Amino acid sequence: MPGSYLPSDYMSVLFLLLFALGFGVAAIALGQLLRLRRPYHEKLVAYESGNEPTELPRFRFSVKFYLIAILFAVFDVECIFLYPWAIVYDKLGLFAFAEMLIFIFLLLAGYVYAWGKGALTWER
Amino acid sequence: MVIEILLTILLIVVVFSVIMLHVAYATYFERKVIGHMQVRMGPMRVGPHGLLQPIADGIKLFFKEDVFPETADKPTFYAAPIICLVAALTSIAVIPFWEGMAISDINIGLLFILAMSSLAGWGVVLAGWASNSKYAFLGGLRASAQIISYEIAMGLSIVGVMMMAGSLNMSEIVKAQAQSPFGIYAIPQVLGFFVFLVAMLAETNRTPFDMPECESELVAGYCTEYAGFRFALFFLGEYVGMIVMASVGTICFLGGWTGPFEVPFFPIIWFMLKVYFLIFFFYWVRATLPRYRYDQIMALGWKVLIPLALGNVILTGIMKTFVWH
Amino acid sequence: MTTNPATTIRHSLEPIGDESFILNLGPQHPGTHGVLRIIVKMDGEYVLDADPVLGYGHRMQEKIAENMTYSQMLPYMARMDYLAALSYNQAWVCAVEKLCEYEVPDRAEYIRIITVELNRISSHLLWYGAFLLDLGAFTPFLQAFADREKILDLLESVTGSRLTYCYYRFGGVFQDITDSFLCNVMDYIKYLRERLPSYHDLVSGNVIFQHRTSGIGAITCSDAAEYGVTGPILRGTGISYDVRRNEPYSIYQRFHFEVPTGETGGCQARYTVRMQEIEQSLNIIEQAVTTIPDGPIKSKVPKIIKAPEGEVAMAVETPRGELVVYIVSRGGKTPYRVKFRVPSFSNLSIFQKLARGKLLQDVLGILGSLDLVIPEIDR
Repeated sequence: MPGSYLPSDYMSVLFLLLFALGFGVAAIALGQLLRLRRPYHEKLVAYESGNEPTELPRFRFSVKFYLIAILFAVFDVECIFLYPWAIVYDKLGLFAFAEMLIFIFLLLAGYVYAWGKGALTWER
Repeated sequence: MVIEILLTILLIVVVFSVIMLHVAYATYFERKVIGHMQVRMGPMRVGPHGLLQPIADGIKLFFKEDVFPETADKPTFYAAPIICLVAALTSIAVIPFWEGMAISDINIGLLFILAMSSLAGWGVVLAGWASNSKYAFLGGLRASAQIISYEIAMGLSIVGVMMMAGSLNMSEIVKAQAQSPFGIYAIPQVLGFFVFLVAMLAETNRTPFDMPECESELVAGYCTEYAGFRFALFFLGEYVGMIVMASVGTICFLGGWTGPFEVPFFPIIWFMLKVYFLIFFFYWVRATLPRYRYDQIMALGWKVLIPLALGNVILTGIMKTFVWH
Repeated sequence: MTTNPATTIRHSLEPIGDESFILNLGPQHPGTHGVLRIIVKMDGEYVLDADPVLGYGHRMQEKIAENMTYSQMLPYMARMDYLAALSYNQAWVCAVEKLCEYEVPDRAEYIRIITVELNRISSHLLWYGAFLLDLGAFTPFLQAFADREKILDLLESVTGSRLTYCYYRFGGVFQDITDSFLCNVMDYIKYLRERLPSYHDLVSGNVIFQHRTSGIGAITCSDAAEYGVTGPILRGTGISYDVRRNEPYSIYQRFHFEVPTGETGGCQARYTVRMQEIEQSLNIIEQAVTTIPDGPIKSKVPKIIKAPEGEVAMAVETPRGELVVYIVSRGGKTPYRVKFRVPSFSNLSIFQKLARGKLLQDVLGILGSLDLVIPEIDR
């Protein structure tokens, strides 16, 4: 039937999502009516081992974390390419295998390069 | 149509309640298992053998004061625990508990679960950032780097399963598995299973990979500033995440709902046994191992698990093309 | 907020870009085992500098001692190192006995050795658990506590208390031990010897444990000597120095025991040394229990002690290292000046050097491996 592109399967996923969302929000909102609430400064200050925080953690941070994030983006996208290939592997046979070997080889080349550059070693 | 929708909602309510009950008693199970491994009894006071402990905990957390740090970033701080919980719970939708019994048996089930588990990591990162506390911030940063690193390993570890089953649909994977020579993929995919088990621990932030919340260094990590029911939402999210990961492991490697013989009237039994076996594995590891260091965790993920998983993909390809054909 | 001098790092650091930040570890932090505060300067996950701030639990014990009679000070000693209260008891009574030249009957000396070594084992067991807890393993903590509990029961049966003992008296001990106590001690020695291999099975051979400890926080011999490090940390570097062996006090020269040493001086060496010391303490107790003579447990000393003029220094080996009690007397009922040289203080002094350039997790691991008792540092 044209027009009903969204399969009903996904509707139930959406329902569950909304249900979970509703549960989370309702539990906090409803509880708000029942909980006691006696805030004061010492209770509300951010935790730093019993001291007043010296500064907010809004500083620039070690570049290492970003490097990992970039590597992740590269590798995860490449992994995604493996999925459709894996699904239809049976149907494509030897040709697909050879092709994917080349792909994985390219992926490994980048991996070895990153390793050699020390991107995978956590150093300051 | 209306009846169908109502039935779906009814199903969701039932599954949701059952899952919540399982989460509650997964905490009880954990405390009992770890307690007995540590020469103590675990909860004993509330109800017979402490059976009502999870309920008492829930009530306590519900009525606890909701402390909201002055410096926190309000909308993000509100959203983070809900993101965690919603992402974990939504994954439940595509898991088949027994033949034909899944809220939604979509074609890309496995991919959907991977996507949702990444979203749960996002909640942790946001929580660390929004709290505006250094311990939480460090926890959030660690979580971000760790979760994304192990996601690659996990994603690669199940490629072998996809190749063998030829599908991303969870039910199809189980059916294909039942027809395979060993009945479970854990044997031909032993390498993938190993990588999956390790990545599973890291993805759910469990010991020895509990970097984001290691209490001896970061106090409570990303949820340092969270109190009362907001904290409980993180907790629920983590345990639902564990159940989801254990279910994925069961479906992809341990044969899902199939068992050595059929149990009448109670088709979920094999699935549940396998899931609880994997959950027990989580607890067992927690009671045994010290925590890895951060750089060692990253090295393990990038330098050991990813090559292993890639090797597994190539090995599976070779075996499928030349040996099992 | 740098108006408070304690919140600023007191040491100049080489510039490393502006990605560093200050993190307060403690006084209210699970990793510092007490009210110790460490101001950590960090760059990402790395620690650039770690500056311990002391004094949160300062009680002026040394000043208090000047205003108390010698026997009134006895219970206060236990409050300094609550994990090795009997070692502190021993240091104080031995110092005063040395000052006043009191005799101690043989049986009392044996009782002291048995109880103080039991206390040493309980302290090491607690350290074992707490250190592994710092590394993230929960089970060893509770297993060690279960075994330590038995020692506490034993000591309770003779001293009457479980943690802050006040059992020794000038010229002897408070009350005699019974034969059933000796039997129980022998049973316990047998029990713990059977238990120790399971400790090693659980922890020593664990790959993660080895990755987390081997070569981490290594101290060289010269550094150890420079910083005045004593106890298992010093022995971990390979220097075989134990007050019980090098300047024997009490009756330690009558017993055969080894002084275990490590090689690398790192966390793992400290771990091994302490675990071996548990075994050596068991040996000492065994010898003492089998050879304990009959006789009086207390010599005659006046009720109110008036020490002669003079000064005395008494060194004992506590589980954490060398404790020196230094008393200056000008006659009279109270000491003129008292000084305690406590092991944890000197052991902490090397922490800053060890922490620089390490990952935060390693820094907490090193801190745990030093086995600090904060009330002892603050006094």
